[in-house]
Amino acid sequence: MISQLFILSSKGDPLIYKDFRGDCGGSDVAEIFYRKVTELPGDQPPVVMVHHKGHHFVHIRHFGLYLVVTTSGGVSPFIVLELLSRLATLLSDYCGSLSEKTLSLNVALVYELLDEVLDYGYIQTTSTEMLRNFIQTEAVVSKPFNLFELSSVGLFGAETQQSKVAPSSAASRPVLTGRSDQSHKNEVFLDVVERLSVLIGSNGSLLKVDVQGEIRLKSFLPSCSEMRLGLTEEFCVGKSELRGYGPGVRVDEVSFHGSVRLDEFESHRILRLQPPQGELTIMRYQLSDDLPSPLPFRLFPSVQWDRGSGRLQVYLKLRCDLPPKSQALHVKLHLPLPRGVASLSQDLSSPEQKAELGEGVLRWDLPRVQGGSQLCGLFQMDVPGLPDPPSPAPPLGLGPASLSFELPRYTCSGLQVRFLRLTAPGTPGNTSPHTWVRHLSHSDTYVIRI
Amino acid sequence: MPYLGSEDIVKELKKALCNPHIQADRPRYRNVIQKVIRHMTQGVDVSSVFMEMVKASATVDIVQKKLVYLYMCTYAPLKPDLALLAINTLCKDCSDPNPMVRGLALRSMCSLRMPGVQEYIQQPILNGLRDKASYVRRVAVLGCAKMYNLHGDSEVDGALVNELYSLLRDQDPIVVVNCLRALEEILKQEGGVVINKPIAHHLLNRMPDLDQWGQAEVLGFLLRYQPRSEEELFAILNLLDSSLQSSSPAVVMAATKLFLILAKEFPHVQTDVLVRVKGPLLAACSSESRELCFAALCHVRRILRSLPGHFSSHYKKFFCSYSEPHYIKLQKVEVLCELVNDENVQQVLEELRDYCTDVSADLAQAAIFAIGGIARTYTDQCVQILTELLVLRQEHITSAVVQTFRNLVWLCPQCTEAICQALPGCEESIQDSEGKQALIWLLGVHGETIPNAPYVLEDFVENVKAETFPGVKMELLTALLRLFLSRPAECQDMLGRLLYYCIEEEKDMAIRDRGLFYYRLLLTGIDEVKQILCSPKSDPSLGLLEDQAERPVNSWASEFNTLVPMYSKACWAAISSLQVSEPRGPEPSGTGVLSPSGSLISENKAELQPLSDSGSFLLVPNGQLTAEQFEKTWLSLEVAHQEVLPWQGVAHPDTIQTALQMVNIQTIALSKAGVQPWKAYLSAQDGSGCVFLTELLLDPEHLQVRLSVKQSHVKAEALNSFISVLKTVIGTIVDIKS
Repeated sequence: MISQLFILSSKGDPLIYKDFRGDCGGSDVAEIFYRKVTELPGDQPPVVMVHHKGHHFVHIRHFGLYLVVTTSGGVSPFIVLELLSRLATLLSDYCGSLSEKTLSLNVALVYELLDEVLDYGYIQTTSTEMLRNFIQTEAVVSKPFNLFELSSVGLFGAETQQSKVAPSSAASRPVLTGRSDQSHKNEVFLDVVERLSVLIGSNGSLLKVDVQGEIRLKSFLPSCSEMRLGLTEEFCVGKSELRGYGPGVRVDEVSFHGSVRLDEFESHRILRLQPPQGELTIMRYQLSDDLPSPLPFRLFPSVQWDRGSGRLQVYLKLRCDLPPKSQALHVKLHLPLPRGVASLSQDLSSPEQKAELGEGVLRWDLPRVQGGSQLCGLFQMDVPGLPDPPSPAPPLGLGPASLSFELPRYTCSGLQVRFLRLTAPGTPGNTSPHTWVRHLSHSDTYVIRI
Repeated sequence: MPYLGSEDIVKELKKALCNPHIQADRPRYRNVIQKVIRHMTQGVDVSSVFMEMVKASATVDIVQKKLVYLYMCTYAPLKPDLALLAINTLCKDCSDPNPMVRGLALRSMCSLRMPGVQEYIQQPILNGLRDKASYVRRVAVLGCAKMYNLHGDSEVDGALVNELYSLLRDQDPIVVVNCLRALEEILKQEGGVVINKPIAHHLLNRMPDLDQWGQAEVLGFLLRYQPRSEEELFAILNLLDSSLQSSSPAVVMAATKLFLILAKEFPHVQTDVLVRVKGPLLAACSSESRELCFAALCHVRRILRSLPGHFSSHYKKFFCSYSEPHYIKLQKVEVLCELVNDENVQQVLEELRDYCTDVSADLAQAAIFAIGGIARTYTDQCVQILTELLVLRQEHITSAVVQTFRNLVWLCPQCTEAICQALPGCEESIQDSEGKQALIWLLGVHGETIPNAPYVLEDFVENVKAETFPGVKMELLTALLRLFLSRPAECQDMLGRLLYYCIEEEKDMAIRDRGLFYYRLLLTGIDEVKQILCSPKSDPSLGLLEDQAERPVNSWASEFNTLVPMYSKACWAAISSLQVSEPRGPEPSGTGVLSPSGSLISENKAELQPLSDSGSFLLVPNGQLTAEQFEKTWLSLEVAHQEVLPWQGVAHPDTIQTALQMVNIQTIALSKAGVQPWKAYLSAQDGSGCVFLTELLLDPEHLQVRLSVKQSHVKAEALNSFISVLKTVIGTIVDIKS
């Protein structure tokens, strides 16, 4: 049971505030919360905090915004947290995206939504489909969507070359666009997104590989048409199962959304569902330890530490093990450095790379790395005033290196969407819906110890 | 947040709202109203335009209506008289042909939190309960709860409750769930909604129709149902099996809790369930939402307490990632420390060692303490890792390592030698109070095996004037005195200096008193000093057991999927102690999760100080027991314990009374000095309310005292603790005399 719900900007200004039960103090709770969360000692978790008299704050952070509820003690943390993230999705479904700006533009819409989602602090419904019957306000979009104005930036900012790819912001618009605007309605976006977390030991051994994948659907289709989604036929779940010949595509665990029908999954790896409007995660899967393909990146560091002159020399060789046709974008390498590093001189293998020092970190930016290529950088730094450790080990505070990158049109597990078919119930006059299928892997954490 | 200029804003809004041109132009009118709402959100007091807003409610524009109703619900408590004006419009809307308008009006009317509104809402609610639109019924059902809470302490309306119970059979799943919620609030005094067999099975059958929120909540209500037979129990569990596989973590967790509670008699079922939810829990632990991940980790820790090996094969899932926020890393370190076994200890330790040199001092120290925890089982490897860390000569690292060493020496005496070898040199890089205290303690207790111990302590003595932490000085006094016993020649001089400083110059009374005490103790002779300082310590293995004892699943099942696991132990103890002192809030007490459990508190006390020699047993000053009451109770109880202690000389009532008073033992009656036979009657009470009655009987030769203890509740542990307290006191009295 939720007493209040409010949304704060990153600076603590209340953007939305709604009191459902009136048993938990006035609107200054937002201030109290912000003070609490900013003054919290470092070793205390901020997610749940005591308010007063048996009331608690539970909050999530979403793109810099605080979504907070005050609740009495007997509530399940999972319900509250799930509700808050669902709310974040709902709001971005309805407002196009979720940010301070869109919220303040759509105050009326947000209150309207909250009114329907929660009554007296009890969750009523959160399905986009059901809610749209009750929502009357139309969203104010901060930037009108225009296909021609957009640069050729793909999903998550990935650059695209094919003209057949939809622009990245195509999916970030309200689900319920105005009734007048019919032109972009019949679109379906399907993303296969994998998050990769990798830990490589200092001796190059692979300590941990974890792939968290999901198939996300964002549908703008007005009516309930049936969708058939074909996955790679070699797709198998668990360690024992094997399908087809060759290596296959294996994952450890799969969970499907409740609305997915699996009658053809066993035989043909086809998922059937009736996509509701808005965003939906159709399938989540995990894979750990053995990947079918080699890791996308290998880093070969060598560190020389001259104690006498206080000179630290780091040589980094980065090898991209993707297939030659694929490439990685926005590759950024972070290398924490010992305290007090003063100057940096660098020697990079190609001109488009950039390296700089900032806040005790060496940043090496590689905008684009082609599969199969190898890049290197030599960095020399002065570290004055470092207390010399008696051992020849590199000084404290160096490493581990972490990489962040995006791999467009590539999935680490090898999972692909074979086809996406929509069988729309007879809506004459409408053109067949556009379907956009995108594959992407990106790094969650990719850490290489030095 | 009333800021400057807010009055002007309100005036301007008022003007705009009154402007007939704007009123005629619908989009503009709506815009002004939106502006009012925006200011309301920001905390500007816009209650003075209430009248104008009430006027704005009479419109056909639903969006505008919604905004105005939102405004009214916020300010109605401030302007109850004006809000009554709006009732008319609301009542009219309640019979609008459009169900959405009906629902909206009813919901808003019930949400006007002001006195006197009940009489207006009663009839619309009753109509709403029988409305043909499910949307209105949902609103009306919750309206009942709102109405009841507005009334305060009014009688429960039996007819209404019956109506709500019958609405549990409604077709609309949300109406069903809302009925449960409303009944829960209305019947709060009687322990909430009653889930009997037909209702329970009805709810179970409706489960597939509910959405995730409904499912999660109904699973919570089902906790209250007690199946009649074993068959029924397993039938229910079978029905709910699919909930364990739900894609929503909230449903999975609620189902898990229900399984754990229903199957409390069947440990193998509980274990089975926990195996089943391993997958969903691990997925939540690596979820994209940090907060969900945190919640899952907290619950993993709870499970690990009962099933230490449960997640051992998945230890890699709990390795920290670089980009994770701090609080998640700390949780993961705790988890890693708990799931160590023979197979993964090597990898886990390597991983933890890496965190020890993390840039964040908090994480580094947490990792070091975690290694210290693992060292209780895998001592040699851990001590070696910790020793290697000392080489880095980093302040926070060395301090944490030395503190870990102190605990280790206590818990695993076999590693003392290795630790003593590692210690020299540490003193240079420790700056904080805790670290210094640990180092000084180690030097004091094991000084005979550390060659340069006196010289390190001498440095501390030299700088004692500049020392800012009183705790360090205190520790220094004790340590130096201890070391003096084993290495008198090297320590005598500086001990003298330190005592002189403490007695003559020190401002802190506690330290001065301790100094004086040691000084006088030394005057009585070296044997006494030895007896006091080197007295036997409590058994170290006890602390270990208490800390790591496997707890049965049932001990935490009721707290599963609540906020309790989300708080740290200390934090929760503080919260629940707050709640003991003030009356409980209005939340439903059905699940009883908020009632502070005795085990939590006592466990906390035991954990406080593994080094303190006294256990967690505490006597509290009890309400004075009169002599008559004492006599009555004394006669009604059996003697629980009898013992004979040595005694010398005549009893001095005053001394005995004062001594007993110090440990909160009350003297009810005692004989005058020299009377034969000398008798005394004592009473005491411990924290849990157990009362101890004691008789002391001195034999005629004054060589022995016989004590008989009676106990109000039979508790062997408490009895033993009480007797040991009593014996200590008597022993002290005897010692003073001799």
